[in-house]
Amino acid sequence: MSQYNAPLRDMHFVMKELAGLEQVVQLPGYEEVDTDLSDAILEEASKFAGNVLSPINFSGDQEGSKWHNKAVTVPAGFKEAYTQFAENGWTALACSPEFGGQGLPKLISTAVNEMWKSANMAFSLCPMLTTGAIEALMTAGSDALKQKFLPKMVSGEWTGTMNLTEPSAGSDLAAVRTRAEPQGDGSYKIFGQKIFITYGDHNMTENIVHLVLARLPNAPEGVKGISLFVVPKFMVKDDGSLGERNDAYCVSIEHKLGIHASPTAVMAFGDHGGAVGYLVGEENRGLEYMFIMMNAARFAVGMEGVALAERAYQQAVWYAKDRIQGTELGVRGGPKVSILKHPDVRRLLMSMRSQTEAARALAYVVAAAMDAAKHHPDEAVRAANQAFADLMIPVVKGHSTEMSIEVASEGVQVHGGMGFIEETGAAQHLRDARITAIYEGTTAIQANDLIGRKMAREGGATIKAVIAEMRKLDAKLAAQNGADFVAIRKRFAAGVDALEQAANWIVAIFKDDIKAAHAGSVPFLRLLGIVAGGWQMARAALVAQEKIAGGDSDPFYAAKIVTARFFADHQLTKAQGLTDSIVDGATGTLALAEELF
Amino acid sequence: MHIVVCIKQVPDSAQIRVHPVTNTIMRQGVPAIINPYDLFAIEAALALKDQLGGKVTVLTMGPPQAEPALRKALSYGCDEAVLVTDKLFAGADTLATSYVLASAIKTLHQETPVDLVFTGKQTIDGDTAQVGPGVAKRLELELLTYVSRIVSVDQAANSIRVERRAEGGVQVLETRLPALITMLEGSNEIRFGSAPDMFRAARAEVCVWDRNAAGIEDIKKVGLKGSPTIVSRVFVPSPRAQKAQQIEFDAANPEAATQTLLDKVLVEIPKVKKQLDQTRDNKRASRSAGERHE
Repeated sequence: MSQYNAPLRDMHFVMKELAGLEQVVQLPGYEEVDTDLSDAILEEASKFAGNVLSPINFSGDQEGSKWHNKAVTVPAGFKEAYTQFAENGWTALACSPEFGGQGLPKLISTAVNEMWKSANMAFSLCPMLTTGAIEALMTAGSDALKQKFLPKMVSGEWTGTMNLTEPSAGSDLAAVRTRAEPQGDGSYKIFGQKIFITYGDHNMTENIVHLVLARLPNAPEGVKGISLFVVPKFMVKDDGSLGERNDAYCVSIEHKLGIHASPTAVMAFGDHGGAVGYLVGEENRGLEYMFIMMNAARFAVGMEGVALAERAYQQAVWYAKDRIQGTELGVRGGPKVSILKHPDVRRLLMSMRSQTEAARALAYVVAAAMDAAKHHPDEAVRAANQAFADLMIPVVKGHSTEMSIEVASEGVQVHGGMGFIEETGAAQHLRDARITAIYEGTTAIQANDLIGRKMAREGGATIKAVIAEMRKLDAKLAAQNGADFVAIRKRFAAGVDALEQAANWIVAIFKDDIKAAHAGSVPFLRLLGIVAGGWQMARAALVAQEKIAGGDSDPFYAAKIVTARFFADHQLTKAQGLTDSIVDGATGTLALAEELF
Repeated sequence: MHIVVCIKQVPDSAQIRVHPVTNTIMRQGVPAIINPYDLFAIEAALALKDQLGGKVTVLTMGPPQAEPALRKALSYGCDEAVLVTDKLFAGADTLATSYVLASAIKTLHQETPVDLVFTGKQTIDGDTAQVGPGVAKRLELELLTYVSRIVSVDQAANSIRVERRAEGGVQVLETRLPALITMLEGSNEIRFGSAPDMFRAARAEVCVWDRNAAGIEDIKKVGLKGSPTIVSRVFVPSPRAQKAQQIEFDAANPEAATQTLLDKVLVEIPKVKKQLDQTRDNKRASRSAGERHE
């Protein structure tokens, strides 16, 4: 089994050459950051990921988190790794300096987070959820709540959870039934059950801060009647020390397909008289606060897709180089060779590699747009970047995660029979990847958001602007010599044509036949993911070509052009097929009468 | 406790190439790193600081480009960094380098008395292991080389006890402070840099000292002028033309095997035969001389 080795070369390349790290660190608010600091952080993070988190990934999966008597014990090594993680300040990377954080740009924290997710996705979920809870409190919490909870959450001494889902309130949160009763002293008592609570209980820290969606008495029906509460595992006294155990218990954990080390809790609030909670922000605005964080959370899960695809690729390459089987095609009586010599193994590896690199490039570019949307001094630039990020976040989430499942499956295939055996390590990545296309909004939820809120509602203005931007690359591609660029240019142009055709169709039909539009929403999300990925790979090839022309002999650049060419020939060629499915496929999807299923 | 760690920025030898014609190191495009042996010195110093408090100052002599190595050291938790740099220092050998470092440490000592100086056992580019002892001698510090473990520091008694790897065993040594310690590789593992320390390192001011600031008294002792070492020739050893031979023998008959082996050696290496013959003749001569005495 291979250990994780952070792809620093590609990360630096994408950050600097495609996502514009130089410009990002110039933005107001990031005065403390420069590219040297970014390099230093990535280097140390890569060591931590490779040496501390990666070695407990497989053992954590095999052992799993254990539940006993309303308490969860994480697998061996997790508590120690978490303590070191927090001590080294990694929990605070993107948090506001006001509460002890480092306030790093999204672009840099994205690369660092990719490493945690690649090295040990089950571990990474705990700090990720904590970050979400921190942002919710930061956005809407009162000063008193912030002072009470934030410093210890930012420092990692306490972790955070997000309690949204209930047995009958999943994708449809309007059905939340957990209730909150005012106590007259400013606090509330919370009663109800929440499910799928990631790290809802564990033994890594002395306290856990739960953010819980619940209904106040007489609250309006539906989404407009949900409020947000902080419910600590242990009460926090005014001097900051811990008080009594709160009535919030983990009553069981789920048995899952993957991420076994990450405890997925069933939380019971108020079984013994009521869990003490405090209102975050205003009454009945809980969902709204949650939606503020939705983009960040969805983007983070999209990065899980990139990260797992990377890890699966590394494992597959390691095995393909090591495994000797058969002779090389066309070499009669030749020696036995590693399977890396076999064309189909190469096809699988190039498929994994090119899709991973494309997804990483797109995600980092979107991260940089999120930085600009927040910090750029020019309001018009902020707005344009926000629109771009809003359009692309469902794509990063939906496409990268679906891609990671396919890539992890290809990784298993590279291993042959050994891939089906757990001890080899390839299977875990496939199992772990499977959840990413489900939680934080399934792929269909992302796709519906994409074609509805992000496209149809604005008449396709942003997608059209993005397509126009893509077309600008054509002249630059045409100016390059060589068969690789001829192929990249041709495939990319065809891909953009297909994307434009599908986008126009969806925007046009959305009002007249909303079901037909939604029947094609997921294929459209994949189409945009592929063409936008091809766009970034074409940009990468142009930069690489420029470096080579300038005398740079780093083999990374030649490999980048080869990879971009492969992506053009093997992924961009799918674009027209997807468009045909979107434009013509709704009939077949919707025609059958229900009783025929 | 004030601890000074002397480090050197070196090209990453794992990524280095040698120019095929001039036989000099091709530094272009090779990333610069902290001399790996110095990382053991940094960790040893930081561990002592964790235990006893005080501060760790990291010191290097080098070109202005050596600053990132100092920032890296700060990101591990070192408190202050000093870069001693001056055009006059160029071309320094170990004698001149130890003079400059000793002068700088003396200057640091005037501000905050220095209790301990750490260096790596040697550098991966020079491999001389001379600079540490050179500094110790000039500053009249107690010198402990090839130290594999710091056992204890007794601040009241102003003494330190260490383990030193020696041939055939481990020596336990105790001496008084101030002392200079060169740390052996593998004696510890450098910690991970923490995010807050990385931010601090990026913002921290690295003191840049020229010859005056470093307190150099005699400029004839620095740089090329102060370096008596002369590189007379640099060459790549040519590979041997001979190939290894396999000598067949019968394992059941060791005497015959020994005879075969000896014959082969004596034929292949006439010098050995000559020496053997000589020894035999001498023995005979002395024996016959002895016989005469009887």
